[in-house]
Amino acid sequence: MLKLDLNKEMVSRARKAASQITNAFLWLFDGYTTVTTERTVLRLMGIDGALKDGKPLPNVVVDQLVENSALQKGAAIWVANAMLKKGFTAQQVAEAVACNGLELTQISLASGEEILNTLNPIVEKMLGHITAQKQKREELLAEYQPRPKPAIYVIVATGNIYEDVDQARAAAREGADAIAVIRSTAQSLLDYVPFGATTVGFGGTFATQENFKIMRKALDEVSREEKRYIHLTNYASGLCMPEIAAMGAMERLDMMLNDAMYGILFRDINPKRTLLDQYFARMINAYAGIEIQTGEDNYLTTSDAVEKAYTVTASQLINESFAVLSGIKPDKMGLGHAFEINPELENSFSYELAHALLTKTLFPDSPVKYMPPTKFASGNIFHTYLLNAMFNFAGQLTEQGVQLLGMMTEAIHTPHLADRFLAIENAQYIFRAVKDLNQNLCLSEDSFINSRANEVLAQATEFLERVAEEGLFSAMSKGEFAEIKRPENGGKGLEGVFMKDGDYYNPFMESMKQELKL
Amino acid sequence: MSKNIIRPYGDTLNDGKMQLSFSLPVSCDALGKEAARKLLLQMGFDEAEITAMNDLTEGFTHFIAYAVTSTSVDISKIKVKVVDTPVMTMEETDAFVAEHLGRKITVVGACIESDAHTVGIDAIMNMKGYNHRYGLERYHSFNALNMGAQVPCEELLAKAREVNADAILVSQVVTQKNIHIKNLTRLIELAEAEGLRDKMLFICGGPRLSHELAIELGFDAGFGAGTYATDVASYIAITLAKSIARK
Repeated sequence: MLKLDLNKEMVSRARKAASQITNAFLWLFDGYTTVTTERTVLRLMGIDGALKDGKPLPNVVVDQLVENSALQKGAAIWVANAMLKKGFTAQQVAEAVACNGLELTQISLASGEEILNTLNPIVEKMLGHITAQKQKREELLAEYQPRPKPAIYVIVATGNIYEDVDQARAAAREGADAIAVIRSTAQSLLDYVPFGATTVGFGGTFATQENFKIMRKALDEVSREEKRYIHLTNYASGLCMPEIAAMGAMERLDMMLNDAMYGILFRDINPKRTLLDQYFARMINAYAGIEIQTGEDNYLTTSDAVEKAYTVTASQLINESFAVLSGIKPDKMGLGHAFEINPELENSFSYELAHALLTKTLFPDSPVKYMPPTKFASGNIFHTYLLNAMFNFAGQLTEQGVQLLGMMTEAIHTPHLADRFLAIENAQYIFRAVKDLNQNLCLSEDSFINSRANEVLAQATEFLERVAEEGLFSAMSKGEFAEIKRPENGGKGLEGVFMKDGDYYNPFMESMKQELKL
Repeated sequence: MSKNIIRPYGDTLNDGKMQLSFSLPVSCDALGKEAARKLLLQMGFDEAEITAMNDLTEGFTHFIAYAVTSTSVDISKIKVKVVDTPVMTMEETDAFVAEHLGRKITVVGACIESDAHTVGIDAIMNMKGYNHRYGLERYHSFNALNMGAQVPCEELLAKAREVNADAILVSQVVTQKNIHIKNLTRLIELAEAEGLRDKMLFICGGPRLSHELAIELGFDAGFGAGTYATDVASYIAITLAKSIARK
């Protein structure tokens, strides 16, 4: 079997540094909340819908509380108080705020006990629903065959949810195990989640709860007919991480792109905002049994994949450590990496194997998400097809958890229907052909692959220790990550970060923490 | 046939053989196959032969076909618009600018409007560059300002005005439903309205852009896939030097 001999002391030093980095943010998690965190609470309380101009009701309510400097207590208290005093449901409260000018902060506050008594049944009901969705997934997975390793993961990105459904169903029948519905390219910077089914968008359509529901239903049908559980993926990223996580939990999504630092580095979202949002989003994912996936591939599309390989490892360890703080177990941490080395480099495949084995060895229980070549994919579809074959070979040989299939038209357009079929055919052939090859191979002593993996690990460790010493925010502001400088108080969404009062209350986070033993 | 009049080459000169690949919303059976063949014949192909068909399920089928075309083109009648400035290395460009302009060139770049994909603009502008060609930030002769992703046209133009830019570089990677055309047209219209269009070079780039398309959209130049910073830097330096010489 292909097995790395990693320097164990180095592994524990790296993990220690990563945990030092993430544990330095307990002040932030304990002391602050965000507008999207509070909107998530409202969604979980059952508030949904939007005004005619598209503004969602959770935004209407939270904006009113912000205007009255009242968000510091948490939105749940104000809405529960109005429910209690007016005899409304949460939805009726939101509608009254939106349409009848109800001022939540003008209603005198009931006692803490009365508010708790109002909230408890709502919280129980929603968490019961999410737990039932989790159990349903587990039952279906137990009923059908277990997910193969690597699982075949493809994307649909037509920009129209109904067209996405057709393509997703076709891909699932052709052999895909997981379907990711790509979002419209600008959604990560929207500070609200659009409402209803959508048929517009560029490079994908919007993540909305209704779209989740439509796609889930279609894939459940195919799952039944194909007797394979088809996993559904979307993006809990951008300015609305926890809201999208909550919608996914309600509608039984199975995987969520949910990176702790991606928004900061690649979308210029404020660092504090992002860390707070990922904290709650990941807790929801943990509670709902949703597998998170991280975006380390992005480091390699902007930098050289050999020179900066250690940034992937470092980010994986930081992502792992943040995930632990939110209660995610290793088998639900789909840490990311990518096959992005310049194909003109001699022995590029050995480098790729070293990096893939390093990830697999560091995170043996993680359903690691392996991303395909994109940087060196060109309009020469025949060449890209071959790159994808080598990528699939590496994926099976190192037994990655999830293989995001490369499309031969990667550099040209969003995949055509046949592109996806050809990619699945490519992967299925290679996965079958080299299924157990790994068991027959071993690395020679002093192999390049082993020393390369240890070299990357050592570089990652040194980097993490430097960041631990300096602090993550300071390191980010100096451009230590992805060669992009992100100051602590820069970026989008900082105005949506609020310090909590002593009597702040988020009933869902409290219950989840208890359940997840945090 | 005259040497200028050409047809596709399969394995004999001017045999007109082409390979084709497409999908149809049709079942994967004899009917589907005939539908694919008929389509090719109606397109004017001869000897259309479907060599493979794949069931895409859900009522779709993918076809691979070979066919013969009797169409030809006369290459002596073709004129193409290409960026025809010579390509210099980074050092050569730096020396050229020092000699002919005697000052730094200021370039402002961005992915405009909805486009969040910075790989293109980063490959040209960032220090690191792409595939062993350093980006404009590395050039001594360039003052390069990369504004990143999803920059509204208004902000890009405002910045260009503020820093008195010599050139604006725009990358468009997402091209679904021709969004890149809409975004690029909007930028040029705004630039004209604000009187900036003739004050600086407007250059666009992306996988589905060509010089010809760029000219059509009102830009000075366009760069497609396979472009490096050396191409863009040389073009800017030489074009600015020429316009100064003309004055």
